[in-house]
Amino acid sequence: MALLEIRNVTRRFGDLSAVLGVSLAIEAGEFFTLLGPSGCGKTTILRMIAGFDAPDEGELFLDGRPLAGIPPEQRPVHTVFQNYALFPHLTVAGNIAFPLEMAGFARDDIRRRTGEALELVHLEDKGGAYPHALSGGQKQRVALARGLVNKPRLLLLDEPLGALDAKLRERMQGELIALQREVGITFVFVTHAQQEALALSHRIAVMNAGRVEQLDVPEVLYSTPKNRFVADFIGSINLIEGEVTAASRHELQLVAPGLGTIAAPAHAPVAPGTRGALALRPEHLRIAAPEARAGLKNHFTGTVAEYLFLGDVTVYKVRLDNGLLIEALATNAGSGKAYFHEIGDRVSIEWRHDAGIFLDR
Amino acid sequence: MRGSSSTAERGARLTRWLVTAPPALFLVVFFLVPALIMAAASFREPGEFGGLAPLASTGLTLEAYRFVFDDVIYLEVLVRSFAVAALTTVICLLLAYPLALLIVRSPKRQRDRLVLLVILPFASNFLIRIYAWMMILGPLELLYTPFAVIAGMVYVHLPFMILPLYTNLEKHDPVLLEAAQDLGAGAWTRFRRVTWPLSLPGVLSGAALVFIPVLGMFAVPELLGGTGDLLIGNLIKEQFLDNRDWPLGAALSLLLTAAVLAVAWLSALLTRGRSAS
Repeated sequence: MALLEIRNVTRRFGDLSAVLGVSLAIEAGEFFTLLGPSGCGKTTILRMIAGFDAPDEGELFLDGRPLAGIPPEQRPVHTVFQNYALFPHLTVAGNIAFPLEMAGFARDDIRRRTGEALELVHLEDKGGAYPHALSGGQKQRVALARGLVNKPRLLLLDEPLGALDAKLRERMQGELIALQREVGITFVFVTHAQQEALALSHRIAVMNAGRVEQLDVPEVLYSTPKNRFVADFIGSINLIEGEVTAASRHELQLVAPGLGTIAAPAHAPVAPGTRGALALRPEHLRIAAPEARAGLKNHFTGTVAEYLFLGDVTVYKVRLDNGLLIEALATNAGSGKAYFHEIGDRVSIEWRHDAGIFLDR
Repeated sequence: MRGSSSTAERGARLTRWLVTAPPALFLVVFFLVPALIMAAASFREPGEFGGLAPLASTGLTLEAYRFVFDDVIYLEVLVRSFAVAALTTVICLLLAYPLALLIVRSPKRQRDRLVLLVILPFASNFLIRIYAWMMILGPLELLYTPFAVIAGMVYVHLPFMILPLYTNLEKHDPVLLEAAQDLGAGAWTRFRRVTWPLSLPGVLSGAALVFIPVLGMFAVPELLGGTGDLLIGNLIKEQFLDNRDWPLGAALSLLLTAAVLAVAWLSALLTRGRSAS
């Protein structure tokens, strides 16, 4: 039995449907992420799990029992809020002790557990400090400790890393994974940052306009997105529009205007005549000087329009001869020059016949 | 470099002077000087027909203070004044807190309208409003009683409690209440553990704004109270207008000022202790 089951839940605000017929099952011990752009309904789902909102249709079950009618304070579910929502008039220890006091633990117990929680988030020496004296990362850890201290069935995290700067966010991602593994509590994480979702989650539900577009493990979402929205939302993607001219069990042939015939893998049966797009990740494309071609099945020529030197890799934007602008990623592992092509250089773009995925939606 | 920065500094200093000088001057002329005159007057002899006796013939004396401390009635009235002020403050707080909460938690558009209603009584004259109370309390046979005094005091000072409370409560981040609820706190606990402690600065400034004026108020007890309901403000007024004993009035008002300052100082001390924590 799933720890949390969301069954056919719809929530409307006036004419707007924030959540539309969503069904999800979250397993115990999972790091589950709701990923999507702002307004996609992910926060509404989180609020319904916490009890601050209720579905118009459908039901939520925790450990198989319906959650309807149970107020937030009686749900074994805690939330780490976006801006932490630490109590400014309580010390760090006071904040962490709060849920224990609410649960009616004995004083000695509270002191011991608060100490353990402080240790868990490496803030042993900050117990007596007030929130305003803490850095963003420290506030974040206090909020986590406060949410975890009396071992809820679920910990909900509402964009908790959004307020941190890039470097700190990366470090907190690592800490979150380690923390979740250590305490074994189920995390439901809400974010619009796809990289964060990929890095942290066991499973991700990609949401758009109130619906779940695709639910899977990060690797599958990245390599075989179901539709253009998911392909585009997760990572960078090149979409080459075309029409299928021939299809076998494993291979497709499509014709792209101005490019000609392209060989692509078939992940699902597709009938000839279907229009759609071949979705290719920048790292699928091999960029080289025209004379240094590797002889892959799909090869085209173009001109470097722009590049972003990122240190380890360089992202080239290449205008193909049919006018399509595509992104190719080259690792800078070679010796000598850090990157190899200048703006205006003629280059060849190649990819394997089994790279990418054809999307007809 | 040096020259230009010191010019800028001089400019800033000049601006500071221009901004602070007028109110400072006003306070010196209309507050500090009169207060010093009062202090000086309390050490003089009363004149035969009011005012002060000529300094040359009588010199300075502690007569007024001796008079105050010899007669226990003055201490009694001072204590009663503090009791009335304290009771008024508590009742104002009990009435104002739920009201301020209600205003803060109503929709934004209604909020401004409700605040307007709170300050609306100021649009009509204070005495007219007190006379209205006389007309209400008269037929109920409650006029000239301690109840009438307290009711009048509470009525007059209620807005001064509501407004600072409202300003404070409005600044509370509602997500803190959600966090408290999320962590297991019921409605009453949320109030006791989050709203109330965070509102203490507002409570204290509201209390100061009610307590201190009530201490000096003479119109309400004079119009609504009986003979036994006189407060220190009435005694002071009497010395100046009826008894024509200016030194005694000056001494009493200085003692009242000292008491008020002590209360203000205590309240500031408490507020600072809270906000530092």
